[in-house]
Amino acid sequence: MFEKLMNIDRRIIFIFVALVVIIPMLFPFSLPLNVSEPTQKLYDYIDALPAGSTIMISFDYGPSSFPETEPMAAAVMKHCFDKGIKVIGVAVAYIDAVPLADRVMQQVAAEKEAVYGEDYVLLGYRPGEEYVILGMGAEIASVYDSDFSATSITEIPMMQNITNYDQISLLLNLAAGSSVEGWITYGHTKFNLKIAAGVTGVIVSQMYPYLQTGQLVGLLSGFRGAGEYEKLIKAPGDGTKGINTASLVHLLIIGLVVIGNIAFFVQRQREE
Amino acid sequence: METLGIWIAAILTLCIYSFLYRDNPFYRFAEHLLVGMSVGYIIVITIYFGFIPYAWTPIKNAVTDETARLGFLTLIPICMGCLFFARLSSRRAWLIRYPIAILMGISSGIMIPNALQTDIFAQVRGTIDPYSRIGVLSAFEITGAILMVIGVVCTLTYFFFSVEHRGPVNWLSKVGIAFLMIGFGSAFGNTVMGRVALLIQRVDFLINDWIGSIF
Amino acid sequence: MKQKVPLVLCFLFGIVMILTEFSPHAASQATYKEIANWGRVISPFVFVLAVVTLIQTHWNRIQRRTEHWQYSFVVFAGMLAMVAAGVPSGPQHPAFAWLFNNVQVPMDATMFSLLAFFIASAAYRAFRARTFEATLLLVTAVIVMLGNVPVGDLLWPDAASNARQWILDNPNLSARRGIILGVSLGAISQSIRIILGIERSYLGGGD
Repeated sequence: MFEKLMNIDRRIIFIFVALVVIIPMLFPFSLPLNVSEPTQKLYDYIDALPAGSTIMISFDYGPSSFPETEPMAAAVMKHCFDKGIKVIGVAVAYIDAVPLADRVMQQVAAEKEAVYGEDYVLLGYRPGEEYVILGMGAEIASVYDSDFSATSITEIPMMQNITNYDQISLLLNLAAGSSVEGWITYGHTKFNLKIAAGVTGVIVSQMYPYLQTGQLVGLLSGFRGAGEYEKLIKAPGDGTKGINTASLVHLLIIGLVVIGNIAFFVQRQREE
Repeated sequence: METLGIWIAAILTLCIYSFLYRDNPFYRFAEHLLVGMSVGYIIVITIYFGFIPYAWTPIKNAVTDETARLGFLTLIPICMGCLFFARLSSRRAWLIRYPIAILMGISSGIMIPNALQTDIFAQVRGTIDPYSRIGVLSAFEITGAILMVIGVVCTLTYFFFSVEHRGPVNWLSKVGIAFLMIGFGSAFGNTVMGRVALLIQRVDFLINDWIGSIF
Repeated sequence: MKQKVPLVLCFLFGIVMILTEFSPHAASQATYKEIANWGRVISPFVFVLAVVTLIQTHWNRIQRRTEHWQYSFVVFAGMLAMVAAGVPSGPQHPAFAWLFNNVQVPMDATMFSLLAFFIASAAYRAFRARTFEATLLLVTAVIVMLGNVPVGDLLWPDAASNARQWILDNPNLSARRGIILGVSLGAISQSIRIILGIERSYLGGGD
């Protein structure tokens, strides 16, 4: 029996995975979520910023990772617009990030009645990651002479008093790759720009050394981070919904690991 | 158009999921379409967000605006960049070494001092910093600080191949492996969350956006 | 010309960037800014290399009639569709945005979501506590997985998410810091070798 169990067709496992995603989606439930310290730190930092401050969000993810980072972008922007904080959107690492950034910025702006050019702006993508970060440190207009829709930066009201990172209170890097290291290395180390990160699950673990040194002021960890931030701003969204749905899949995978190991040990004992 | 978009997205999603059963023509079609469209997308974005703002605009400004004559300096990197097109000729392909060498030189030169600060000095400082506040730390935090030094030293020992891993070095290296395994275990746990997030989004699309639009 | 000039260029640009980094003089900073700007201007040309290589690969597949060569036409069709929709009017054109949002995004997202299935299958088949090290990895992964989702705190009240956070804040941090230090020392020494012309593999083969 255990031999059969160990050689089970992978497609049966696939069916189980599909079921544990579909079922909670049809019958949604909500469980309490504890807020972790790195998320709380980011929330506190943004919450303490005075109205009229400007934060920059670097959208460094693509279609292959947006389900985790998009809810973070939405939650942080909602918080900013509620507090009267302006948001500048850029993309330095992923060539396909800007349409996704445009979509989420427009959605949140419509919900919060934020005005383009006054409360938020999307400058768009520029190639050459580290050079873009360095260039903006000297002068943002030297890299972005126009925004995503080709409007000259000189015609955008909220950009009139912004020259470089000196006027940016925080850079939030929503990342699916190595851009956080780039922002820390060239933005924080060279220009003393305050950096926070919202990253996909795959790279969460490697962010902790930077968090401990203070090179990151806060960190959002994947779906969970988005859900936690939504809890803090009291606006449940895709992050909250997603992390609840993810519960059953996680239990299934833990169950599979346990069953796989029991079968393995029983078979090994028999062989001995 | 919106309904058509949802249907096309749903059909292509199912084409890709058909791979879960086994490799098949529907999956291969979607896979190749994705590659082609991604390249097309890169071409468009590189033209509009790369070549136009970086190359075309400074030269245009230098021609039209007397105060922007320095923009002509941009011709140097543009000419260097154009050497990438030498890849099209097998006889002149070696010319791409010039822009690659310049990029390697610039990025290495920029990287060395900043990486030293970010990844060496700041990380070493972060490791010993808790000891400067030892008087105000709780017993739990002191344990964490000690564990951190042990972990960092042992992990580095594991990667130190200039001495043979025997005796005390071997023991330190083994402790380093234990720390690495915990690090990789936590990375695996978080990766599961990431991959599951993608699946949830796609299933959400199929159930709510696609099937939801039918009924 | 083929070897020495690129090596000299690499050395000069590398040394200038290092020296100007440490000099606050206005001329030095202007040089730093200008050369960094040159790097930025050259960088989009790198995509030319990627695009040309991909086109050549699929063109060769069609010419040589290798296995599944017919699908290379699909690659070209997809590429031409995006170029036709985007190049004349720009990426803001509704047709380009429509293709991106309804064709490219769903396929890309779905492709990576397949990994959720394979990670579950791999966890069942290969995640075995064969040795002490493997057991450590397995136990950590299970705790982090449990702590990542709210059901974890329901099953293991007030402990699952705290245990996850402790692992990430302590042993994970130490291991990652060890890796960062090791990798950075390696990258810095490699950069020095590149600037000094000792490391030349980036020039490719040939003379």
